[in-house]
This record gives sequence, structure tokens and C-alpha cells, in this order.
Amino acid sequence: MSNFPDDLKYAASHEWVRVDDNGVATVGISDHAQDALGDIVFVELPEPGSTVNAKDEVAVVESVKAASDVYSPVSGEVTAVNEELLDAPETVNSSPYENGWFYKVKLSDESGLEELMDAEAYSDHCENE
Amino acid sequence: MGQKTPLYQKHLDAGGKMVDFAGWDMPIHYGSQLEEHNQVRTAAGVFDVSHMTITDVDGPGANAFLRRLLANDVDRLDEVGRALYSAMLRPDGGVIDDLIVYRMEWGYRVVSNCATREKVLDWMKQQTEGFGLQLKERPDLAILAVHGPEAIDKVCALLPADDASAVQALGNFRGIQLPSWFVARTGYTGEKGLELIMPNEDAPAFWDQLMGAGVKPIGLGARDTLRLEAGMNLYGHDMDESISPIAANMASTIAWEPEERDFIGRDAVSMQRESQANGRLPELVGLVLEQRGVLREGQKVVTENGEGVITSGSFSPTLKHSIALARIPVNSDSCQVEMRGKLVPVRKVRPNFVRFGKKVFE
Repeated sequence: MSNFPDDLKYAASHEWVRVDDNGVATVGISDHAQDALGDIVFVELPEPGSTVNAKDEVAVVESVKAASDVYSPVSGEVTAVNEELLDAPETVNSSPYENGWFYKVKLSDESGLEELMDAEAYSDHCENE
Repeated sequence: MGQKTPLYQKHLDAGGKMVDFAGWDMPIHYGSQLEEHNQVRTAAGVFDVSHMTITDVDGPGANAFLRRLLANDVDRLDEVGRALYSAMLRPDGGVIDDLIVYRMEWGYRVVSNCATREKVLDWMKQQTEGFGLQLKERPDLAILAVHGPEAIDKVCALLPADDASAVQALGNFRGIQLPSWFVARTGYTGEKGLELIMPNEDAPAFWDQLMGAGVKPIGLGARDTLRLEAGMNLYGHDMDESISPIAANMASTIAWEPEERDFIGRDAVSMQRESQANGRLPELVGLVLEQRGVLREGQKVVTENGEGVITSGSFSPTLKHSIALARIPVNSDSCQVEMRGKLVPVRKVRPNFVRFGKKVFE
């Protein structure tokens, strides 16, 4: 059974977002997504300093099974990327919501957050997929 | 609900993630495909391959029948217990299936793929006329494949002493009939190991004994990456009825001598061999991508002689980069793979990447 932390927002394309008090959003992929992908062997991350828009393809995850695009759930400037994933992509499998984060964004517009799902809605979404 | 092997409950108990595989409920992995792969390369793992099709061929005409049916020649099996890999061809040379045939005391035992079961049984039946033999499918038998550098020792420690020493003495592609099991040094991983064919009712207890001895369960996911590293073809991917065995790196498994042996497909594959020599039929090669990214089945390969296609591709857990099998124009030196809209240069190698835990190409 996948884990859906209550303090996160989720996109239908299986990314999660955690927004802190300074308007910085951390983005990763959900436990459900990593489980469906299987062992992750490569991660491509966005360029720090680049601007991303919600629903843009901004990263790629390759598992033993398949390559999968990661769509940004939020818009803004990329302030940090998790370079640890380049050498240890399996961290996404073992810790999807903590050590396996992908990148951080200084939000340019918080309105997009309303389109994201809460844990309960996302859990239903995964079940019905 | 799919068909279940006698080990279905054992897979669930071991945390197997079950998937449909050609109508069977089989474990794709038990947590991590990568860990299972490495377990087989460094220690010992067990695969349940009871979904594969076993057909016993028995009767005075069995030898002549198989010499007609198979592209390889069962006369090469000069002792009881020996095993042979072969293609079964259509008259036009298309590959109906690939299989292992064992010489038994009473005849021959054929182990063929699961997904091809019906058409293989139908085809074999159609060819029996005039030979004097019986075909008997053996759904009452299970197959466990135990592979890895420690596999043979671990299995032998569980066998009665006399059986253990006989199994230890087996050479590669040789097997032995024990009182109720047939045990052979065959497999699909590029590691040493055994395939044990046993009555269904024996399988769960033996599985438990293997677990107790530290042998880990291995799913179909790792089975695929292990065989790919070993450069072994997978039916339905690297070859099928539309592909000549010559274009699937299987020419060396065809017994061309003696010339008078008239096996099904002989004329076609003889011509296809000439076509390839003249550059008109592609070949199956190995591809290596040493940078980031994963080669995948179906990706286009661009060479100076034209286009080809990746037939199997994955991340190689042993080599830590991607490898693939690809069917491309012969004598191509420059290969690029179209990955996510970009052409990425790859290196062409012989289609054999890892044996006994070690890289084997330059």
C-alpha cells in the first residue's frame, strides 16, 4: 500500500509539492509513482536558475522498466536541485518524500496550487487509475 | 485470474509483486529487481519457471522426428542427459520458438516457452505423422532454476549424498535423472546453475529448503536483465515468426551438417545465410551506451548502412549502464539510437555482455 502524506499537494501526473512559509516549493514524485516505476536507475533534473511553468516537462526518471517524464506541478524559478540523485537515483525509491526530492522552486504564482489534489483525493486518483 | 504454478502461494509469502505473464500469475520482483539481479551474479537465486512448456517425445520415431522438426541436430546428444538449444522453424525460416531439448533414457524432453505453448504443441502434433511417437505434455512437472556462483553447492547440500556428487560432476549442458527429479546444468542467466524438473507436489517443500539455505527468490524482471547481459535472445522480442534465425544471431545453433538432414526450414535459412553474406539481411548485435540513459526495445538505430531497431534494451545492473540487442544492417560501424527525439551515439559490440559476473566485451 502506497503512502500519501497529508501535508503535501499532489498532481494527477504523480508529482508532489511541499510549500514552505517563504513561498518555496519542493517537488518530487509520489510513493505510488516510484512503486509503479520499479528500481530507478537515472534521474535528469532541471537547470538551477531556470524558470519552469506548471505542466512543463522538467525532469526525467528512468527505471529498469521505463522512462517517465516529470511535469512541474508549480511555476517559478528553480533555486536548488537534488544532485545526490544523480549518483544515488535509488534514493527516490527508498525515500520518495524526503531524501528523494527533485528540485525546489521559488513560486512566481501560487494560484496553480489550487489545481493540485490533497492526499485523500490523490489516493482515490491512484486507486481509480 | 491467471494460471498458477505450484509455487504461487510461496511467491505471495515472499512478497512477490504478481503480474500477468502470458496468462500466468507470475512474480515480476519481490521488492527490488536490481537486488535480485545482483544476488544471482554474486550468490544464488531461484526462479520459478514452471510456467514453461514441457513436452516429452517418446517412441521409436522420436529421434527422426526431432531431426526433422528442429534446426539443431539431436544426434549431437551423444549421451543420455545432454541438452541442446535449438530453434523450431517454419518452412520459410521464421522462428516458431526456441527451446532446450534433453536426451532422456526413454526418449527426449523438450522445454519451450510459455507464451508460445498452444502454437508449439499444435505445430509439433502436425509434424508427427509417419514417425511413430507420442507427444506428452507434462503440466504435472514444475521447474526451478537455481543460479549464481553458489547455486550448485547450495542445491547439492540439500540432496542425498549420492545424488549430490552426481550433480556436482555434471558438465555444462548436461543433466541427470535422479529417482523422481531431472536435474541439468542449463539456464538463462550467464551464471553457473541448475534447472530442476520435479513433480509439482515436490516444489513447495524444496522451495522452502532453498530459502532456508539462503537462496533468494528472483522474479521475471531480473530474469530478463540477467539473460540480456548474457546476450541470450528472448522469444517474441529478439526473434519471432517474421524473423530469420540468421538475423537473430542463431546461425551457430543451426546444424548445417550433415547436409542430407532435411530439417524444416533448411532451404529458407540456407538462402537467408547467403542473403546476409551479401548484405541483404540484417544481423543481431550488441549495443552499449556508456552515458546516462536507457536503451529500450523499439528504439530506432541509425547506421551508415540504413536503419535498424533495438529488440531488447535495459539498464545493466552489473555494468551500471545501458545495453541492448539490436537488429541492424550488416557491417555497420557507426550506430546512433534515437532516444526521446535525439540521436545518441552508441558502441557496437558482440551480443554478449556479462559471463560469470564479469564484463566480457572490450
